Amino acid sequence: MTATLPAAGRSPVRRLAGLLHRRPRLRLSLLLTAPLLWLAVLYLGSLAILFISAFWTTNSFTSEVVKVWSTDNFHELFTTPVFRQVILRSVGVALAVTVLCAVIAFPVAFYTARVARPRWRPWLVVAILTPLWASYLVKVYAWRLILSEGGLADWMLKPLGLDGPGFGLPATVMTLTYLWLPYMILPIHTALEQLPAGLMDASADLGARPGRTFRSVVLPMVLPSVAAGSVFTFSLSLGDYITVQIVGGKTQLIGNLVYSNIELNLPMAAALGTVPVVVIVLYLLAMRRTGALSSL
Amino acid sequence: MQLSRPARIALRIAAGMGFAVIYVPLALVLVNSFNPDRSASWPPPGWTAHWWSVAWENAGARNALWVSVKAGLGATAIALVLGTLIAFAVARHRFFGRDALSFVVVLPIALPGIVTGIALNSAFGTVLEPLGVGLGLFTVIVGHATFCIVVVFNNVVARLRRTSGTYEEAAMDLGADSFRAFVDVTFPLVRSALFAGALLAFALSFDEIVVTTFTAGPGIETLPIWIFNNMTRPQQAPVVNVVAAVLVLLSVIPIYIAQRLSADTATESRI
Repeated sequence: MTATLPAAGRSPVRRLAGLLHRRPRLRLSLLLTAPLLWLAVLYLGSLAILFISAFWTTNSFTSEVVKVWSTDNFHELFTTPVFRQVILRSVGVALAVTVLCAVIAFPVAFYTARVARPRWRPWLVVAILTPLWASYLVKVYAWRLILSEGGLADWMLKPLGLDGPGFGLPATVMTLTYLWLPYMILPIHTALEQLPAGLMDASADLGARPGRTFRSVVLPMVLPSVAAGSVFTFSLSLGDYITVQIVGGKTQLIGNLVYSNIELNLPMAAALGTVPVVVIVLYLLAMRRTGALSSL
Repeated sequence: MQLSRPARIALRIAAGMGFAVIYVPLALVLVNSFNPDRSASWPPPGWTAHWWSVAWENAGARNALWVSVKAGLGATAIALVLGTLIAFAVARHRFFGRDALSFVVVLPIALPGIVTGIALNSAFGTVLEPLGVGLGLFTVIVGHATFCIVVVFNNVVARLRRTSGTYEEAAMDLGADSFRAFVDVTFPLVRSALFAGALLAFALSFDEIVVTTFTAGPGIETLPIWIFNNMTRPQQAPVVNVVAAVLVLLSVIPIYIAQRLSADTATESRI
């Protein structure tokens, strides 16, 4: 580095740096060109074409897509009993998973955030996070092992004279609950941990029993976090079709219908695919009212 | 809130059961990889390490692991570049559509994988096929990168918001040009955020199955796809068991690194 500063000032690199520094718009366009090409053109473009193709139809003889605007697919979607049934079932599964996750997550989070010794709490958080790093497919596979004939579930229930649930709708709900449980525990844990102890003492001083304090003080303050967790449990469950294929037996959810229509009737698959997207957006809008999204 | 003793005990038991539910399935996968039998009936009739050596020699699983690593590295590299660019634009500039951009970044991971999958699949079909480019590893990497951008973006933008631009300004006052300030000041500040983002992006890509199904060409099998295709074949069950167990064991690595990283960031934020 023997070059003196004025000499370095004339080097092309330094001049380019100066140019970029003086022109923030140029800097910004250099920053954004590649990402926008990727996300806006490639990704949003593909999505737009997909949703436009939901308004096309398929020639039932040749399986070729007919590019004529029509709302036939959506009409079929809402009038065919099978489709309606599957859509309702999928939303039901997503809601059931969300409720189950919340019910299981609450005591666990309450323990990790307020009952366990403070020294242990960081490790308990790690213990909640750990399964998120384990492969999705392996976790579903684990439940396939548990629920298979003569598997762990059958073995555990045998002394009670019962059989395991086997593969089917209950197995799907259980497995999805297992998969997304950490997404519910974590926000509740964080909310409970940040709850000032003084609030609860004040409630007790004013004569509330623990049950009342829980209902009137703790629950209202934690509810936005439950809503935030539910965004994950609900939307992840609604879009899932792999778990159903593995542990669902013959059960069909909306994702399976999309999948089975791709080869022969892409416009119908696209129309079906809009259903979870619309439901998820509606759910997000509903949750935004609770203030859940700001705590995400 | 002063909890009564029975309430504390009840919570302790409930939490214990919760953690048991979380960990028993993972433990079962590990135990089952030593199961000599091809069925998953419990309890296993004995112990054997035989399937581990069989799995080690399984060409399909090895090949799939290699494809997964390549796809993960490719997607992570692209996501690092694009995610960092967006993070700098969003954190250090004001422009029309900034909020919309932060929303579009999240979209690929917020929408169901199957929607992203078929959208990319039909786009590749219409755009790439006339050019003579079919689906393959390349299209898998493009698909994965699309939903990996968000994790890099989130990490880097959070770091940039916490560290104001004054450090760079100080460097420039001392005579550094923009590039020098970036290399000596900005980059060291965001390095661990980049690393955390890369780790998450790789893990996300390594684990993905739905988008992969629709973007992989014939003969391209990532590890999740391989497991999915072989899961229902009784003949392959023992090898699938071992691969699943290996994946459970491997998940310890990112947890360890993440712990180390958060310890790092803690010391760093004290500066």
